[in-house]
Amino acid sequence: MTTVPTAVKATSDTSEHRVVVGAKLTRFDQIFKPTKSYLADGTEVWEPRSRVPIILIFVLAFSVLSIYMTDFSLTVLVTRGKQFFVIIGNMFPPNWNYWHKVLGPLLDTIKMSVIGSFTGAVLAIPLAVVASSNMVRNKVVLMVARGILAVVRTLPSLITALIATFVFGLGTMAGTIAIGLFTFSYLGKQLYEMIETADMGPDEAMIALGATRPATFWTAIMPQVLPAYLSASLYCFEGNVRYAAILGYVGAGGIGLTLNENVQWRQYPNVGMVFVLLFATVVFIEWISHYLRKKLT
Amino acid sequence: MTKNLSKIDPGVKDALLDATPVQRALLSEPRSWRRNIIVLVILGALLAWSSSAVDLANMTEGGMKIVNNIFSGLIHPDKALLFSLSEKSVAYLLFETICIAFLGTLVGAVLAVPLAFVSATNIVPAPLALIGRTVLMAIRTVPVMVYGLMFMRVTGPGPFAGLMTMGLASIGMVAKMYIEYIEDLDTRILESLDAAGCTLFQKIRFGIIAQLIPDFLSTIIYRFDMNLRDATVLGLVGAGGIGAPLIFAMQAYRWSEAGAILWGLLLLILMIEVASTRIRVKLAQG
Repeated sequence: MTTVPTAVKATSDTSEHRVVVGAKLTRFDQIFKPTKSYLADGTEVWEPRSRVPIILIFVLAFSVLSIYMTDFSLTVLVTRGKQFFVIIGNMFPPNWNYWHKVLGPLLDTIKMSVIGSFTGAVLAIPLAVVASSNMVRNKVVLMVARGILAVVRTLPSLITALIATFVFGLGTMAGTIAIGLFTFSYLGKQLYEMIETADMGPDEAMIALGATRPATFWTAIMPQVLPAYLSASLYCFEGNVRYAAILGYVGAGGIGLTLNENVQWRQYPNVGMVFVLLFATVVFIEWISHYLRKKLT
Repeated sequence: MTKNLSKIDPGVKDALLDATPVQRALLSEPRSWRRNIIVLVILGALLAWSSSAVDLANMTEGGMKIVNNIFSGLIHPDKALLFSLSEKSVAYLLFETICIAFLGTLVGAVLAVPLAFVSATNIVPAPLALIGRTVLMAIRTVPVMVYGLMFMRVTGPGPFAGLMTMGLASIGMVAKMYIEYIEDLDTRILESLDAAGCTLFQKIRFGIIAQLIPDFLSTIIYRFDMNLRDATVLGLVGAGGIGAPLIFAMQAYRWSEAGAILWGLLLLILMIEVASTRIRVKLAQG
């Protein structure tokens, strides 16, 4: 990494030219020299070379490697492509009479999402506070809190759900735990980023008046982050309903269980019905959530 | 001030008329307790209704034992699996997963561009945009592994099916984000380019692409990150990647094997996340 001063030094001999370099010169710029040009008043302007070619070459090379690794082949796609639509074709028309068997698990899925999202969102608050660098000065505490959030976030929900089925048995409880953990880690990160960017003026004023940390958090920080936090929670809930459909696959209850059964028995009209109801539910929930989030902002 | 007064309770109004400015500010705060109570009641009812999902009846007695086993598996991972380079090793499987996610994201990101343009309300008439959005929403509703099963008919089991699944599953979310950026396009820039006498091609190159590329790239990188996480789902249906070995190992209670794979996966995802966050911060700052 060479910084601006050396660049200035290099041309300062010519004295009538002023060098204007906005960014630092990276190693890339040392290999591919920036182009120089002079403005009318003699100012020297450097335009760094575009990084696009190098990035393109990298993407292309990795694509070729990936094509080789995954046996990607266009001919297969073209010749056998219509096979993809066989299952979709079989789903129509959906078996409308099947709705009464879908409704129960669908409601279970919504219940799992509601209680999981709520619990996760509430539990995220204390950890997010501990993970914000403007609330806690202790580096070790910060590291631990952020580490917990990062690890939980990294665990795929499906794996959490699978582990939860081992511990809590098959059923909605396992799904609720998986959704709760996911929400907890996602919102925890979002919330601590919000808290860190909050305006600290009111907080300082209250501290100066002798208020305690919990009190300032409640009165000075919370009102600032609350709308965004609620909005993020709703968004998370929205996604959870959709994601909960997958969790049934490992036995974590809800609509996924019904879906899995019907797919394995090749009852595609029933699968079609599941999708119709799931789609309607998702649209409805997204609509409500969208409305509420608009009100919040 | 008088305008605000009309919205306030009559009782408070009297107090406001002979109050100091500070008191006045305090009294004229919006009184939303009624709304808050309604929201709380609805939330409480929802929670009470959904509390039946919390059901400990199926809890197995060996639950704690399994938790212990998982932790011992994580502490003593199968080192042979973790550090060898054969076709069944963690490194190979992770690389395959990266390839699936990479190419899948690329396919999805490219296919999403035209879909996003025909669903943006500032490009096409509203009814057409609505159709586009509904299609995108339908794509997002179908769970990933169902796509996996569909593609399996086309390509047979293996990473190819996984890659196509990732591509299709990415379209829904990526296109949704694209639409938002397209609708946020600053048209004043196009006007000024027009005024400067630019051709249509120049307007697209410097007016539209220049505005969209950073946001699009940021979305794609974010989606790559997500696809890598979701790649475990593909394992459920046998569409390649590291998911299947992990789930098999867990269902067969081979915890040291599962531990090795989990360590690899966690490290990879954390690394990719750090890298992707860095690139996205750079993109956002221009």
